[in-house]
Amino acid sequence: MSAPKIAVSAVALMAAATFANARDNVQVAGSSTVLPYASIVAEVFGDNTDFPTPVVESGGSSAGLKRFCEGVGANTIDVANASRKIKDKEIKACAEAGVTDIIEVRIGYDGIVFASDIAGQNFAFTPSDWFLALAPQILKDGALVNNPNTNWSQVNADFESQDILALIPGTKHGTREVFEEKVLLVGCEETGAMAAMVASGMSEDDAEDTCLKVRTDGLSVDIDGDYTETLARLEANKAAIGVFGLAFYENNLDKLQAATMGGVVAKTETIASGEYPVSRPLYFYIKKAHIGVIPGLKEYAQFFVADEIAGPDGPLAAYGLVADPELAATQAAVGDEATM
Amino acid sequence: MTDATQSPAQGSLSAYDAHTAKRNTAEKRFRAYGLTAIVIALTLLVILFTTIIRSGAPAFTRTVVEIDFTLTTPQFEAAEKKLLKTKEYNMLFAGFVADAISDGALDQAAVAASLERILGKVGGDIRTHYRANPGDLDTPVAFELSTSSRAEQYLAGDITRDTLVDSRFLTAADLDVIDRMKDAGFIKTALDTTFLFGADAGVDNPGGAGIGVAVIGSFFMMLVVLVVSLPVAVAASIYLEEFAPQNWFTDLIEVNISNLAAVPSIVFGILGLAVFIQFAHLPQSSPIVGGLVLALMTLPTIIIATRAALKAVPPSIRDAALGLGASKTQAVFHHVLPLAAPGILTGTIIGLAQALGETAPLLLIGMVGFVAREYPDGLVSGFTDANSAMPAQIYTWASRADPGFYEKAWGGIIILLIFLLSMNIIAIILRKRFERRW
Repeated sequence: MSAPKIAVSAVALMAAATFANARDNVQVAGSSTVLPYASIVAEVFGDNTDFPTPVVESGGSSAGLKRFCEGVGANTIDVANASRKIKDKEIKACAEAGVTDIIEVRIGYDGIVFASDIAGQNFAFTPSDWFLALAPQILKDGALVNNPNTNWSQVNADFESQDILALIPGTKHGTREVFEEKVLLVGCEETGAMAAMVASGMSEDDAEDTCLKVRTDGLSVDIDGDYTETLARLEANKAAIGVFGLAFYENNLDKLQAATMGGVVAKTETIASGEYPVSRPLYFYIKKAHIGVIPGLKEYAQFFVADEIAGPDGPLAAYGLVADPELAATQAAVGDEATM
Repeated sequence: MTDATQSPAQGSLSAYDAHTAKRNTAEKRFRAYGLTAIVIALTLLVILFTTIIRSGAPAFTRTVVEIDFTLTTPQFEAAEKKLLKTKEYNMLFAGFVADAISDGALDQAAVAASLERILGKVGGDIRTHYRANPGDLDTPVAFELSTSSRAEQYLAGDITRDTLVDSRFLTAADLDVIDRMKDAGFIKTALDTTFLFGADAGVDNPGGAGIGVAVIGSFFMMLVVLVVSLPVAVAASIYLEEFAPQNWFTDLIEVNISNLAAVPSIVFGILGLAVFIQFAHLPQSSPIVGGLVLALMTLPTIIIATRAALKAVPPSIRDAALGLGASKTQAVFHHVLPLAAPGILTGTIIGLAQALGETAPLLLIGMVGFVAREYPDGLVSGFTDANSAMPAQIYTWASRADPGFYEKAWGGIIILLIFLLSMNIIAIILRKRFERRW
């Protein structure tokens, strides 16, 4: 046999050999918000136990859950990270592919911060301000009109003059959903726009959907990349206001200042207590069928939610995760392998 | 023949008429344009390289705390009983350094707390050392452990006392401790071997992150690309060039090969995900899948280069071989292919260099994230274990929040460029050495 032939058959043989081999490391994929925390845990897990370091991929909550629901077996991932709760639709898709026993683990909370350039104006926002700035249609003198606001001082007389330019997470991000529900929808209700829409004959669901829309005239920019891109855009245009995760903001205190929301400063304590309105829980989901098959899977999950890791003094909190006050219940659920 | 001498009425040929002068100016103008274009391109290149080198150079050095550290057996045993052992080692080391620098003059507990922010994630290194060398317990061992990225920024002058914003990563009080350590001679700058040979680290540990494992990942991927695409591409080219009949079907294949070369690389990633991972069940995030995807992407490039090389071999060589009674196969393999080899090699190396720098398809087959974590155990695991590749690693680092990773990303770009340049140089040398002119 010639050299290339040998090489080709060797590759083919190796490929075949891997079918037989079971994996010896935990494989995780999903939300890019959970990725930093998962990577911290994965590294520490590898350093502190005799199990190999888990592999953590990013890709987004939906993509991660989709791969999670592909089926059971060593060729599918064991854990899906998500910055939102799994949807009924996804549970159904999972069940159809044979993934029936799913363990849900809530690891803590993530705060969403509205930040502007450090040298710029210090804002004190309310959800209404954001709705008035970003909605395509707002309520003015009792009628719904196309949004005339192009300057923050038009939105709220307390603000100094600054052109509106909002850098908000794109629709594929889990963060977008939180932004829509906790900010735009609340603002829509507070300003009375929602009531006006319902009064004008719209169904409640349609009115809600309309509330979540943002203007398309360029004053609101969807960022499909990560927070680094938001920061780069903000540095290029100092008048912009960006939406960041708390951890990212705290890593860049020398460049950014955060606005208060509804009078509350975004920090770990206010998020844990629920005072700060724009936060969300972070989750990961485990395939119960893989526990006992993939070495270290249960240990990884237990390690993740241990007090030393996910607790208020652990490395995750040090990086910006807001510890879950009900961590003990989560620990017990993981220990018992309680499925959804 | 009369054409050349047709306008004698215009006067002497050596005197410029208006038309010639105009043509000459046009030529001068064109030369000036060309020169400007080259100057612009060179300026941009210089700017690019200085930016890369200036931003990336700090990644190759690191600031270390150098101290003779003693860990006692009871301390070791107590730490090993904890769940988070690395944190225990971190605290023990911080306490030891605090003892060494405070001389009883400072509040030892406050200094230790500062040190936990100043030191990087050193616990993992300490644990690894004592687990491998239990004999070193109870005796002083010289340790060189990295500082945190913030402390490094302060020492490099990127953070000053004026610009520091107190955060849980660094406070003003920590700066006093750093100054004290510097005065006591505990801090020095060393070559960052972790960056060159290490694996990826968690997002809170830029000091522990290295590109070594990703380099290995890229190496195995390139091996797969070479082994898969070179034979296939050469076989396809020889057949198309030397044997295939000229008809609509071969024309169609030719057009499609050219089209394939222009397909955006991300499309190959989607294909790879569907075919190699979801259908063939090859392990995800593995260099073998990455290599197969990149091989598909490289195939048309190599086919086009190979066909050009085959075409460049003069027909007289083939005719002579056939005339002396060689079969067509013999003519191709004994005469045409060896003469075309330098061209094929050059094309292959350029194709490989292109594949080496490709990120987009790797996004889709799971090579981005916290993936390049351990060196493979052997040849087989090099192909099948989850790993990343250099460009994917750079992409991952660039998107992390800690500014320490930004530096690492630039450093990674330097390493990648060194690889690309050396591959291109090899291609040039091979061409110069073996090329034959007719």
